[in-house]
Amino acid sequence: MSEELRGVVVCHGALAGALVQAAEQISGLGDALIPVSNSGCDRDTLEDRILAAVDGHPAVVFVDLASGSCLVAVLKRLRSEQSVKVVTGVNLAMLVDFVFHRSLSPAEAATRAAAAGEKSIRTP
Amino acid sequence: MSIVLCRIDDRLIHGQVVIGWGRAMGIDLIVLVDDQVAASDWEQELYRMAVTPEIEVRFVTTADAARQMSEWQSNGKRGLVLTGDLETMAALRASSPDVVQRINLGGIHHRAGRRERLPFIYLTDQELGTLQALEAGGAVITAQDLPTTAPVALKALG
Repeated sequence: MSEELRGVVVCHGALAGALVQAAEQISGLGDALIPVSNSGCDRDTLEDRILAAVDGHPAVVFVDLASGSCLVAVLKRLRSEQSVKVVTGVNLAMLVDFVFHRSLSPAEAATRAAAAGEKSIRTP
Repeated sequence: MSIVLCRIDDRLIHGQVVIGWGRAMGIDLIVLVDDQVAASDWEQELYRMAVTPEIEVRFVTTADAARQMSEWQSNGKRGLVLTGDLETMAALRASSPDVVQRINLGGIHHRAGRRERLPFIYLTDQELGTLQALEAGGAVITAQDLPTTAPVALKALG
């Protein structure tokens, strides 16, 4: 069996920590997601934080905005990594879906998580 | 109009710049002066995504900026000149002192050797000295992350 995917959540301020905590509370799985904040660091340090969180493992990296410092930092260091895929617009629904599908390939898990996240956006 | 803000922000084009300052000051031109981004099409594409369509964005090298500052100062747009480090802004100040008269320290974050001066401004003593030299030469330097917060004079960061 291949290594399970690591989920890395990169957001502005305290958002990543809150999302990971909420996803763990809902799923009961406490070791699937690693939060990374851009607070209090320059671009180089943020890139180092992201690389440390991925740590060479196959991963899906979830980013809050589809532009800006977090996404630039992720893509700058990981865009050529075949074992890492990126999903923007992170929300709780996609993280909860992801933690239960970590045996998929990075591309499959990223596509699935993005679909779950989109599906959760409604105007009931 | 002309260049209305010269800002140092190591996160380059992001929400504070586009929304915070852009809306408040009616910015319709952002010039990012960064040699690395000027050579990277994909990074430029990402930064453009952060900017609303009514704002023009230009990516230039330090050398190109030095040549074009006077044009931006007189082209009728309300411009924001942005650098990711103080060395680049110091170079622009040296080449265009009539344009770079006021410098906004918007975001210089922690790295090894720097000390916190404000929650969004970290400087080594050498970097502080560089800024003090610029101010001694006539530039007005304040730290202010958003237009809704009070500017902090450079002398208060020492």
